[in-house]
Amino acid sequence: MSELVVKNLHASIEGKEILKGLDLTVRQGEVHAIMGPNATGKSTLAYTLMGHPNYRVTGGEVWFKGQNILELEADERSRLGLFLAFQYPVAIPGVSVANFLRTALNARRRATNPEDKGMPIPEFRKMLKEKMELLKMDSAFAGRYLNDGFSGGEKKRAEILQMATLKPEIAILDETDSGLDIDALRIVAEGVNALTGPNLGALVITHYQRLLNYIKPQFVHIMLDGRIVESGGADLALHLEEQGYDWVREKYENGESGK
Amino acid sequence: MEEKPKIVVTTRTRRPETTAKQFAFTAAMVPGGGALREFRQHAWETFNRLSLPTTAEEAWRRTDLRALPADQFRLPEDGLYKSLPAVPGELLQPLAADAHGGQIVLLPGGASVEFTESLTRKGVIFTDLRSAERDHPDLLAKIMGAIVRPEEGKFAALAATLSQNGVVLYVPKGVSIDQPLHSILWGPGEDLAHLSHILVWVDEGASVTYVHESASPDKSGAALHAGIVEIKVADGASLKLVELQSWGRQVWNFSHERAQVGRDANLDWIFGAVGSRLTKNFSDLDLVGEGATGRMSGFYFIDGIQHLDHDTQQNHLAPHTTSDLLFKGALKGSSRSVWQGMIYVAPGAQKTDGYQANRNLILSQNSRADSIPGLEILADDVRCTHGATVGKLEKEPLFYLKSRGIPDKDAERLLVEGFFDPIMQRISFEGVRARFQQAIHEKTAAE
Repeated sequence: MSELVVKNLHASIEGKEILKGLDLTVRQGEVHAIMGPNATGKSTLAYTLMGHPNYRVTGGEVWFKGQNILELEADERSRLGLFLAFQYPVAIPGVSVANFLRTALNARRRATNPEDKGMPIPEFRKMLKEKMELLKMDSAFAGRYLNDGFSGGEKKRAEILQMATLKPEIAILDETDSGLDIDALRIVAEGVNALTGPNLGALVITHYQRLLNYIKPQFVHIMLDGRIVESGGADLALHLEEQGYDWVREKYENGESGK
Repeated sequence: MEEKPKIVVTTRTRRPETTAKQFAFTAAMVPGGGALREFRQHAWETFNRLSLPTTAEEAWRRTDLRALPADQFRLPEDGLYKSLPAVPGELLQPLAADAHGGQIVLLPGGASVEFTESLTRKGVIFTDLRSAERDHPDLLAKIMGAIVRPEEGKFAALAATLSQNGVVLYVPKGVSIDQPLHSILWGPGEDLAHLSHILVWVDEGASVTYVHESASPDKSGAALHAGIVEIKVADGASLKLVELQSWGRQVWNFSHERAQVGRDANLDWIFGAVGSRLTKNFSDLDLVGEGATGRMSGFYFIDGIQHLDHDTQQNHLAPHTTSDLLFKGALKGSSRSVWQGMIYVAPGAQKTDGYQANRNLILSQNSRADSIPGLEILADDVRCTHGATVGKLEKEPLFYLKSRGIPDKDAERLLVEGFFDPIMQRISFEGVRARFQQAIHEKTAAE
């Protein structure tokens, strides 16, 4: 069973430190939620774990499958079994969803066997059709340009479709609920729930508790100012829903200022 | 032993090549008798009168010919192709359908023609230039030089006077050809001048699809191609013309091309270019009849030190005419592209609809694309729009693709393919698209 172990992670963007010593362990089969107020470093964590070149790691380690993945490029991390569902998926005009997914799958096959000729097209079509049915997606979706002119809900579903196709062992879902109405949210959450299980560990990053009505985490962490300050079970999220973040701020920010 | 410090001496000397070399062709090389004698003689005089273009001329401002080794080019003698590399089999595959109605292979010092006899019986002519001179002298005398004149430039005059090779396609009134026609200009060898003259004449109400391809293997040294393409799409006729250029990296390539489109006639003109050391191409679309429509679609991908300069004109010379130009190019290495386009609307050409766009994707710091659109409108009830962009691969899409496990090179290729997709959508021929995809693959994979 693989696990993602984050140890004392520090990261900055444009010289400004955002992550200030973050510790976290996510195992395959577990669902973790990270909650926290805006501008606390949640998206920075997601991007840094995936290896976005704009974020500079200034300290710490991230272990996954026996490697410190901070030394790897984003594509290598992906092929190792890490996945990021983006908060704002970028449009790739001219590249169809199907063409993109086939390229991504074939890149995985070629990484294990350089001689691989790629997945045969009929096999790929059948697989894609199954995944799209699972996510209740229209088959015409496969022919559309990736994220180009997609509605908010379509973009998020396309992210989950990619997750279903690439079968990661650990997936980070960055604000997957943002920009979704309640119906779209339910569909996306159902998709995620269909994929979670013993083979997938999920790290669900969210600002609002409402997503957690649909995706039930076993572990909830509160992030504040670049660190995880509280960890607990599902009830911690409910507590936040009732009390807001003020008590967390008071407890930790005042504590710091008193130092 | 002690290491001696290296001393580097740099001296600044002016490069000797301040003016271009001159061509070594002589009057004795001009083909003598036959129907084209006068035309060729006149073109020879024009060739001698005109000088090689310099960057002082507006149309050549961005394309410098001082390094052109003009003096070293010679005409291929008859049968020379027998001692040169043969045409690769893949170039002979039909590009536009499962089969072709005819195929012509133009070679240094020769040509071969294959043509369906049923089309000959309908009066269709599809043959090489020498055979046409022999078999159809009157037709040739009538149409040669009617659309592109030798006076248009040094290279036009050169191709007009000395072309040993070419294609003549004539489709008579009302004849519609279903199977595409295909020709290949294959130019192997060093120091050779490949001169070609293509004549396409689609008479009233006729229709045809024609693919012409120029290619040669990469070699050291230099080679020259100068060509003329004259196209007539008569009233009510329809032509799909695809021109693919994959010259070797030693080829200096020049062409003057013009299509005249008549009343309610339609031209779908596609250009693809991935080869040559340097190309300067003039392509004019003359919409001369009311209701004429012309579409020009171009794609190019260059790298290394390749230089590609494409001049386009969309001339609206009659009312209710429509033109639509989209050229898209990608550049790698230290390559350079120039696109200079003009939409001209003549006085009285009302209800004209003209569009032109050129989009470039720069894949390396040292490549450069110049994109110069232009409008000259002398009528008042028209709609003309244009756009020109030069962009780079963006970081976020690259990261997005990489985050899905796609390595840098493949991610770059996918984005380049995506960039070209709108132009590929305009090309209904699977074989042509596949040929370009192949070039994208090779060029993105190269360092």
